[in-house]
Amino acid sequence: MSASEKAETDPLEAFRDEVRAFLAENFDPSLVGKDNVMSSVEGDDEMSPEAARWKTAMGERGWGTPTWPREYGGGGLSRAEAKVLNQEMMRAKAWNPIGGMGVMMLGPTLLEFASEEQKQRHIPPICRGEIRWCQGYSEPGAGSDLASLKCKAEDKGDHYLVNGQKTWTSGGQWADWCFALVRTSTHHKHEGISFLLLDMKTLGVEVRPIRLISGASPFCETFFTDVKVPKENLVGQEGQGWTIGKRLLEHERTNLSGGSRLAGFMGPSVADLAKRYIGTDEEGRIADPDLRTRIIRHDMEARSFMLTAQRVMENAKTGGPTTISSILKNVGTKVQQERAELILEIMGMNGLGWDGEGFAEDELSATRSWLWGKATSIYGGTAEIQNNVIAKRILGMLDHQ
Amino acid sequence: MVTLNEEQTMLRDMARDWAANEAPVSAFRALRDRKAVAGFDRSTFEEMAQMGWTGVIAPESYGGSEFGVLGLGLVLEETGRTLTASPLLSSGLVAVSALMLGGSDAQKERWLPGLASGETIGTLAVDEGPRHDPAKIEAKAEKRGDGFVLSGTKAYVPEGDSADLFIVAARTGEGIGLFLVPGNAEGVSRSARSMVDSRSHAFVQFEGVSLPSDALLGEEDGAALLDKILDRARIGTAAEMLGLCSQAFDMTLDYLKTREQFGEILSRFQALQHRMAHLFTQIELMRSTVEAALVAVDQDRADLPVMASLAKAVANETTHLMSRELIQLHGGIGMTDDYDAGFYLKRARILENAYGNASFHRERFARLSGY
Ligand SMILES: Cc1cc2nc3c(=O)[nH]c(=O)nc-3n(C[C@H](O)[C@H](O)[C@H](O)COP(=O)(O)OP(=O)(O)OC[C@H]3O[C@@H](n4cnc5c(N)ncnc54)[C@H](O)[C@@H]3O)c2cc1C
Repeated sequence: MSASEKAETDPLEAFRDEVRAFLAENFDPSLVGKDNVMSSVEGDDEMSPEAARWKTAMGERGWGTPTWPREYGGGGLSRAEAKVLNQEMMRAKAWNPIGGMGVMMLGPTLLEFASEEQKQRHIPPICRGEIRWCQGYSEPGAGSDLASLKCKAEDKGDHYLVNGQKTWTSGGQWADWCFALVRTSTHHKHEGISFLLLDMKTLGVEVRPIRLISGASPFCETFFTDVKVPKENLVGQEGQGWTIGKRLLEHERTNLSGGSRLAGFMGPSVADLAKRYIGTDEEGRIADPDLRTRIIRHDMEARSFMLTAQRVMENAKTGGPTTISSILKNVGTKVQQERAELILEIMGMNGLGWDGEGFAEDELSATRSWLWGKATSIYGGTAEIQNNVIAKRILGMLDHQ
Repeated sequence: MVTLNEEQTMLRDMARDWAANEAPVSAFRALRDRKAVAGFDRSTFEEMAQMGWTGVIAPESYGGSEFGVLGLGLVLEETGRTLTASPLLSSGLVAVSALMLGGSDAQKERWLPGLASGETIGTLAVDEGPRHDPAKIEAKAEKRGDGFVLSGTKAYVPEGDSADLFIVAARTGEGIGLFLVPGNAEGVSRSARSMVDSRSHAFVQFEGVSLPSDALLGEEDGAALLDKILDRARIGTAAEMLGLCSQAFDMTLDYLKTREQFGEILSRFQALQHRMAHLFTQIELMRSTVEAALVAVDQDRADLPVMASLAKAVANETTHLMSRELIQLHGGIGMTDDYDAGFYLKRARILENAYGNASFHRERFARLSGY
């Protein structure tokens, strides 16, 4: 059977042809490897004309958010089609130009909880990658104990008046909009929380960048002083914010486990790096046997993690158990952090440069990502809080009180 | 804790007070922000020298106080707590040790008084690549006439940007020899490296440097001498790491005792209590190995090399763990540059690399132990 005959009989193959044609036309080969995974947290680099064209093309098709409904600007693809799209993109080494918190967290939450008008207004720009969202959850006094948040929103008839402070707002200085948890009642801890969408250009919103140990300033302290938010920007009911906010965190945690990111690592493997820096013995083994053992362990853990991530995905399709997804974030971040530490060890002092002369670019970027990566076990629910969730909610090991 | 005599106790207390008051972490922060190429503050180092710290181990006849390496280890630990940037380890311990162990009377006369008084800054230049490996020395010292001609490059030389004296390991016809090379000798050039710990780790080039015959420290086959000097460097580094870990632990404990979440101070959560109990245990184990190694130097014990590798390997592992937990247990605040935790993490990895990482010392420990 020829390819075209196959396509005639199998609609998925026809779709595959369509994707290939689309990629050939819109994904310029010069873009291979130019994906900036950190762009959503570290701000924009200037986009090349090729990259801009690629983003527009993907946005128009809605293929950056392939399974979201067509009516809101998504791709409207079935899971099987989305898989084909993914396969073909991998084959062409094409990356998804549509991302950020709107895609990872807010969109799915709006699809579930928002009114029809809110969906029509906010989801299409997310699908086109036009609006940057930031997450206004944490406050100086409310981190792991998020529900103790104090930033208040007073009912003023047609609008809420928001006063208070958020912190660690990733991308706050570049964001157009913010989804925030605010306190609409002080009588109840959890039921007093509401979920608001806030235009960052509103009068009274002020951001102050915070510098990280990696030298970058990807997040801010965000201050709200008498900020007027129209009532139409309340998602769900007043007091329903905790339920909505937690659902959003679930999306965040699944994304942050980094399964897809790990799988797509394009850099050299840790073992290859070790061979390059440290050399091999006459049988081709990494010359430092102690390090070699630890690389083996790391590799095996990474494999186990990927297999588990796969198992979670398959279970989700067949309606099997979903509790194992709770371990993904901790394992994923641990594997990433371990990888960064191993790379640093392999590079020795070359992996500890800050800037300037004497270091290769990949060495300097290894250092910065090592430092930045320490955040992954802190944001989106710390490793300890994840373990509390596993112990209490899944294993039923409740507090003894 | 080892039993300290009265003088050692006084020295430690003095160092602790001085570091806390005169060289707190905020001083290091200011230095970092200033991007000082030397990687330390001259006037701070002068103060340390005036207190006699640069001469703690040097013989009295050369202006030192002969307090021993344990005494200096106490100072390194206390200044390690506040990340005090100074050449005390490279110069006051390593360079002074080199001369005491291998120097002729004339060489001692020439260099020790300046090193002991802190006027001269000395450092050992061994490694040529990014990992500590004394077996991989390619720098060459060729006999010419009465003396030698030295050529080669040394990588990440601590205090290399300011050193007045380099003690350079180079191949001779007989093996590895050590050479005393003045920083201003013709053919010596340095280039600075900007590193995560904002300290000095320079690349130093020796291009056909002519040296007189009395530049040779010890024998032309000086590998054994080099090893002895390196062991002192390793143990001194472990002492600094002990201070770094102890402070990182204290910072974490203080934070957990003040930060509230879920209506409780964090230190009431058992999961965190156990983490801290574990760290406390590891740091106590580390302290035992570091102190034993310092004492082994002063007693010139035969098992000194094993003790050095034990101390450095344990120090590396413990420092690695503590520096990670320091960040994790602080939550978001620990990730910010405004907070000091990041400085400890960054310095920790540099010290882990200095004079041998954990795998280097585990391997060496096994070899020395005959397996
Ligand atoms: C790089 C980065 C980006 C971020 N981006 C955002 C953002 O965009 N928007 C936003 O809203 N927030 C953001 N955050 C904030 C993040 O969600 C919080 O830092 C996180 O929830 C932890 O809160 P905290 O920092 O207050 O730490 P704390 O809650 O004070 O925790 C300190 C330590 O105590 C532990 N701990 C706390 N409670 C318990 C317990 N019950 N049992 C055991 N251990 C416990 C924690 O695990 C942690 O180790 C970001 C943080 C970072 C580092």
